[in-house]
Amino acid sequence: MASFDVVEFPETNHVTAGDIAPKFTRPLVNSDYWENVSLSELTADGPVLLFAHPMDGTGIAKSTWVEIRNRSWGGGDLTVVGISISTPYEHKHLIDRHDLPYKLFSDPGNGVAGAYGIVHDYHGMAELQGHRPAFFLIDTDRTVVYAWVADEWPPSSPYNDVEAAIDSL
Amino acid sequence: MQAQEHASSEHPITLYRHVGCPYCERIVRVAQELDLEFHSRFVVPTHSERGFIKHISGQRAVPVLVDTHTGLTMSESANIIDYLRTTYGGDE
Repeated sequence: MASFDVVEFPETNHVTAGDIAPKFTRPLVNSDYWENVSLSELTADGPVLLFAHPMDGTGIAKSTWVEIRNRSWGGGDLTVVGISISTPYEHKHLIDRHDLPYKLFSDPGNGVAGAYGIVHDYHGMAELQGHRPAFFLIDTDRTVVYAWVADEWPPSSPYNDVEAAIDSL
Repeated sequence: MQAQEHASSEHPITLYRHVGCPYCERIVRVAQELDLEFHSRFVVPTHSERGFIKHISGQRAVPVLVDTHTGLTMSESANIIDYLRTTYGGDE
């Protein structure tokens, strides 16, 4: 079996299960338009699975969203949303290209990554920072009931663990 | 095209606009002048990707204004400005 180098991320003090998810308002993009939406508006309707990830053009962003789509996450009162530093135009492109029935928050200033403790420095791209791959399952009172943040690159997303967390809501 | 939620009671007045659209900016200025709160929804520049605008207004150009107070959807910035001044102008 071929081996590959796994690079570890530096330690981070990120939001974990039991914490209250930090509030934020950002443009939320769907396949037709985008508009400011706050996390609190979403949790008012039910639990929220927030998937933070690197820029939309990355393999990680694309392959994870395709897997999420293929596993049919979301529906019922669970809202699945994403967030990255990509602009609304890139988000719409990602949604259209991969037929994603999900909405994406646009956070080019990376403030939400800072608030959640998941800032990722893009080595080799001067001054560029984004979001580490991360899943946060957030309940209706904004309590984080499950959190996973990648600690190595490339990350291996814990799809089954996330599903188990969703099922236990 | 996904089916989308219509404007809720939280956002009775919605302006569909795109970045850098001078006609949209005129409406923004008039709304500010009237101290009128409204909610922005942005669309892409490409007309062919504006199926939702076509769906709600019968044509693909923005600005489009939706006002759930009066049940109105309208396009054409001059008409929209007229409507806002008449409906929300108050005593001047």
